[in-house]
Amino acid sequence: MIVAERKNIDEILRMVEPYSNVAVVACGTCVAVSMAGGEAQALEIASLIRKKARAGGRDVEVTVTSVIRQCDMEFLDALDDRAEIYGAECVLSLGCGAGVQFMAEKYPYKIIVPGLDTTFIGVNRGLGFWTEMCQGCGDCVLEKTGGICPVSRCAKSHFNGPCGGSSGGRCEINADADCAWQLIYDRLKRINQTDRLLEINPARDWRASRDGGPRKLVRADVTVGDNDGE
Amino acid sequence: MTVSSAAASNFRRVLDSGRFSFTAEIGPPMSGDAENVRKKARSLKGFVDAANITDNQTAIVRMSSIAAGYLAYTEGVEPIIQMTCRDRNRIALQSDLLGACALGLRNVLILSGDHQSFGNHPASKNVYDVDSIQLLDAVRGMADDGLFMGGSRLKTPIDIFPGATANPFADPRELQLIRLGKKIRAGAKFVQTQGIYDIAKFRDWMEAVRALGFHERARIIAGVVVNKTQKSMEMTALVPGMDIPESALRRMRDAKNKEEEGIGIALDLIGELKNIEGVAGVHVMAIGWESAVKTISELAGMLPRPSFDEKLEEGSWPETKQT
Ligand code: SF4
Ligand code: SF4
Repeated sequence: MIVAERKNIDEILRMVEPYSNVAVVACGTCVAVSMAGGEAQALEIASLIRKKARAGGRDVEVTVTSVIRQCDMEFLDALDDRAEIYGAECVLSLGCGAGVQFMAEKYPYKIIVPGLDTTFIGVNRGLGFWTEMCQGCGDCVLEKTGGICPVSRCAKSHFNGPCGGSSGGRCEINADADCAWQLIYDRLKRINQTDRLLEINPARDWRASRDGGPRKLVRADVTVGDNDGE
Repeated sequence: MTVSSAAASNFRRVLDSGRFSFTAEIGPPMSGDAENVRKKARSLKGFVDAANITDNQTAIVRMSSIAAGYLAYTEGVEPIIQMTCRDRNRIALQSDLLGACALGLRNVLILSGDHQSFGNHPASKNVYDVDSIQLLDAVRGMADDGLFMGGSRLKTPIDIFPGATANPFADPRELQLIRLGKKIRAGAKFVQTQGIYDIAKFRDWMEAVRALGFHERARIIAGVVVNKTQKSMEMTALVPGMDIPESALRRMRDAKNKEEEGIGIALDLIGELKNIEGVAGVHVMAIGWESAVKTISELAGMLPRPSFDEKLEEGSWPETKQT
């Protein structure tokens, strides 16, 4: 899932300060699971905005509403007849980066600001603890690396084994971080595939990743008419 | 791999001739001061076969290794240009290889590079378009096949003597050796090791290296760090991947004259390393203490260094133990 973190509250307050009617819109999918952009967090942020406005002697209307997924037009459409959005001068979106942008596309004349910092595609490993697992590189190599991603989990995105800084299974950048190549090695050993390590993985074609410019995916098998993705 | 052209790497010729190589290191300054590099080069001239020029080591911005390498070259010290994968994508790396070649700089040491979080620009973007094995493969392609990574042809193949690094103390050893094997397959002709303090461990590693035949496909050059102070040794111990046994730390701690002891430790190590089968040379790292290199080269019996312009008397230099 997409993991996100609430922005520093002062930064949020600064962004919404110029407006007298603010709608805080929660998102019910990834960011709700990562406890950053769900309804509970939206209510909390709304009350902080109100408190700050009161302290400054300003009169601000702050409402809270929520959709299941802000990155999905079908769900966003549900906002159309809600008074919260209708009356809002500024929408503070608690979606991930995709959600915020889709919101801005949907309401071209409204001020849309982000309440979260979208961090990574990752997993939850315990209460309040998430780690990055994938960078969406567009050319997955997990079959070669025992199911452990060298692109996102090695600090240097190495494809041919560990750097010289790997020590005691830890990454050179941080004694708390696992060396991805140690994990890959341990796992390949367990599944009897250490011969995979002998292959020289050639330089990558990063066009599949962000480096080829923003990516677009058009699938002919599910496309209707001459949809070019626009 | 014998080379006869006048512009060929002297370092390579020393290794080709089977003589025990002796190299050192020049750390470029955190400024554009050419004299700083020239001075360091002058202090090494005649005492070494070549000197590594570090590439923004520990991710601290310094004069470019190619520029500093050229300054050393003009002072008569052949540079080994270090090139990390941290800061440049394949376009910049290949371009710099052409540049180094054009300037007559023939030796390149390819490495991953310390992560930028160690240095003075932790907020910078981390490139790693290619890793060190992929870059070695690119150098091999440009030199042997006359091809750029992208597949287009070079008018003239580059004349570069490529090397790689290895850490004999890193674990798991099996994985580290697999990786070293890949570096050699990707074209590394020489291998410089991490600084050695624990000779027993290194001996053990060399045995594994010999069993795999790596020493026959690339020249293995043992790294020796020279410490001037107890503090410097303690700092060295903190470098990722370094392994300093308590006995060496104690020896420095107990010494009255730390500088003498630092040199003594290095000399003892070199004495041992010279006799290990498959070790083709030593690489002395005395960053910030270039003058120590002269003393060590003298006391370790490394002088005079071979010169391929003169007729050489056979047997004047310590031979590489090879079988
Ligand atoms: S290899 Fe690419 S797609 Fe696969 S997990 Fe890693 S970043 Fe994601
Ligand atoms: S220590 Fe391991 S995870 Fe960290 S950069 Fe090196 S290879 Fe990658």
